[in-house]
Amino acid sequence: MLYKVILFAPLIGALIAGLFGKRIGDKGAQSVTTGLLILSAILSWMAFIKVGYGHSSFEVDLLRYVDVGDFKANWAIKIDTLTAVMLVVVTSVSALVHVYSWGYMKDDPGKARFFSYLSYFTFAMLMLVTSNNFIQLFFGWEGVGVASYLLIGFWYKKPSANAAAIKAFVTNRVGDVGLALGIFTIYLVFGSVNYDTVFAHIHDKQDLVLPFLGMEFGAMELIAGLLFIGAMGKSAQFVLHVWLPDAMEGPTPVSALIHAATMVTAGVFLVCRAAPIYDAAPHVAAFVTILGAFTAFFAATVGLVQNDIKRVIAFSTCSQLGYMFFAAGVGSYDAAMFHLFTHAFFKALLFLCAGSVIVALHHEQDMRKMGGIHKLIPVTYIFMIIGTLALTGVGIPGTSIGFAGFFSKDAIIEAAYAAGAGGHNAPAVFAFWMGLIAAGMTSFYSWRLLFMTFHGRFRGDPETLKHAHESPLSMTVPLALLAIGALFAGLFMAKQFIGFGGSAEISNGFWNGALPGTGIVEHAADAHGAAAEHGGGGHHDFPLWVLWAPFVVTLGGFILAWLMYIRNDGTQKRINAKGGMLYNFLLNKWYIDELYEATVVRLVRKLGDLFWKIGDVKIIDGLGPNGFAAMALASGKRLSKFQSGYLYHYAFVMLVGLAGLVAYIAMKAAG
Amino acid sequence: MSTSMSIGLSHYLVVAAILFTIGVFGIFVNRKNVIIILMSIELILLAVNINFVAFATHSGDIAGQVFALFILTVAAAEAAVGLAILVVYFRNRGDIAVEDINLMKG
Repeated sequence: MLYKVILFAPLIGALIAGLFGKRIGDKGAQSVTTGLLILSAILSWMAFIKVGYGHSSFEVDLLRYVDVGDFKANWAIKIDTLTAVMLVVVTSVSALVHVYSWGYMKDDPGKARFFSYLSYFTFAMLMLVTSNNFIQLFFGWEGVGVASYLLIGFWYKKPSANAAAIKAFVTNRVGDVGLALGIFTIYLVFGSVNYDTVFAHIHDKQDLVLPFLGMEFGAMELIAGLLFIGAMGKSAQFVLHVWLPDAMEGPTPVSALIHAATMVTAGVFLVCRAAPIYDAAPHVAAFVTILGAFTAFFAATVGLVQNDIKRVIAFSTCSQLGYMFFAAGVGSYDAAMFHLFTHAFFKALLFLCAGSVIVALHHEQDMRKMGGIHKLIPVTYIFMIIGTLALTGVGIPGTSIGFAGFFSKDAIIEAAYAAGAGGHNAPAVFAFWMGLIAAGMTSFYSWRLLFMTFHGRFRGDPETLKHAHESPLSMTVPLALLAIGALFAGLFMAKQFIGFGGSAEISNGFWNGALPGTGIVEHAADAHGAAAEHGGGGHHDFPLWVLWAPFVVTLGGFILAWLMYIRNDGTQKRINAKGGMLYNFLLNKWYIDELYEATVVRLVRKLGDLFWKIGDVKIIDGLGPNGFAAMALASGKRLSKFQSGYLYHYAFVMLVGLAGLVAYIAMKAAG
Repeated sequence: MSTSMSIGLSHYLVVAAILFTIGVFGIFVNRKNVIIILMSIELILLAVNINFVAFATHSGDIAGQVFALFILTVAAAEAAVGLAILVVYFRNRGDIAVEDINLMKG
């Protein structure tokens, strides 16, 4: 019952706000959705405590969703620690974003619609994470995709928002092809789509080889690879990352909820959920490691030079998702989930702070037109600093003092180091260095953002500055709650999530077998060794420089940002004026969009034109409806000429007919 | 020229056929006025009459000749009615040129 309320409260809220929004008014719609979401969030925390600390996990079937021959899929609730973590993340951030939107969307005419979409998104996301089979996961996956589309294009009168929404949707379709094929393959191989059935039979199918695209693949490699294509789309990994920066066209609360904290982490969740498959597919795991590490690096480089405050954070999200993926790739699923958990708090915090800045400056998003406003909006400023400290992972290595990102990001970097330490895991070594470099860049772009926004002189329209004001309480309270998460999520949860400081037993008990490499409570002692191997063993086995390296590069990034944007105020202007090749390369996001435009987009558009102008208009319409119409018209015109109206024509026809008839009869009689 | 070139059935039929054809052509080729159409119809009827009479004589059956009388009666009535229509038509439209009579055009 508890879980059903968690799941369906957002749906009910969405339906009420969506269907009866006009009748109950904006206030009513807002109250209903927000109230139900807060209820859902509180119950989620209860469930989290019950599952994570009480070591219980279970499954309930709600109804049979598909039952065709051998193919069965249930609509179910599966609650284990992995799900409980996601429940907490999704409902908490969603509830806070609902509250925040009271302030942010104050002047928007479409409030009921907005809150309905938000609640609907939350429901779809909960469906995704509570599934016990791949079909329901797919349902939730597409559900959040639709919600993302609706919310990116929420301001549908803006052409750029529509374009961004379509881009996000189409790019995700590319990934979803992979996901769908992966699920088909799972059914083909295992004859079932239930997680438990599938994971239990992986060893039987380990040596199975399947043909695909004219090549032979190991079944597990194929499944893992196809599922990962889906994850790449949803989680905006390199190649399919192009939609995420554009998705910033949506309202900022949406960016915080969907494009930072929850939906984009669905890919990471999928990889962690399907961890047994990835453990059985070392090649794909290596690929995941490399791609994740590269994305972390790539997105960070682009983030260095962006000028739109939301885009910087978007690329930061992309980069942090890369971290999560390479953590999962090296088998450290607990670290990936931990980073997902902490990241949700501090990234949502950063986005909402950015939203607060944007509101204060009357919807100005260009950081080149900001500056020096920390005195005007001190509350936002303080929370932004907390978010930045958490994102950059500030903490004292070797101790358990630090912000949220310190525990999770350092754990990931160390896990990559540990995996590559033997020297036979080149992708892990690559990931370690990429992660380290990206950590330095993360620090640089985060502080650059802070300095450009809050310090120095104000560079925008002075008129705007006069009206700049601190955000209302409905916006600052969610910020405060998220800030608490950003401050303490790492400190209090590190032991449970990743066995920080040699507390592998606590961690194993917490996960309770929901992730591979974490044992079941009874076997905690046996699993201890294995867990340590998976990066769960704490900090004590690493060389000192590995522990300190992230700290040093983070500090380096901060100092560089300070030198460039505080000490020498005009740096940004000089860089803009000079605009070197590298700068332009990064500013244009490695020209990936242009590359796609020139190749894929143009090709597809040409193909579309071909099908549209030739295939549809000329062939189908031309021969079909329009062709028949034209034929009927032409033959009618021709036939109507017979109807001359001259008597003698009719008489002639009658005569010829009669002659013919008589001739026919005569011939017949004769013959 | 042989002494007794008797006039046989086929001669009558040929004459009738010629008359019939002239009648038909009179209907089609004529572009001038409707009276000629009426006359052509008379011609066709006459051709039919000749056929009737010729066959009646040939086969010794009086019925054909009786039929010819009926047709003459009908033809007279038809001519009367037709000309009456024509007069009314002329009164209404002031013209009886065939080209202009195409009210039945679709």
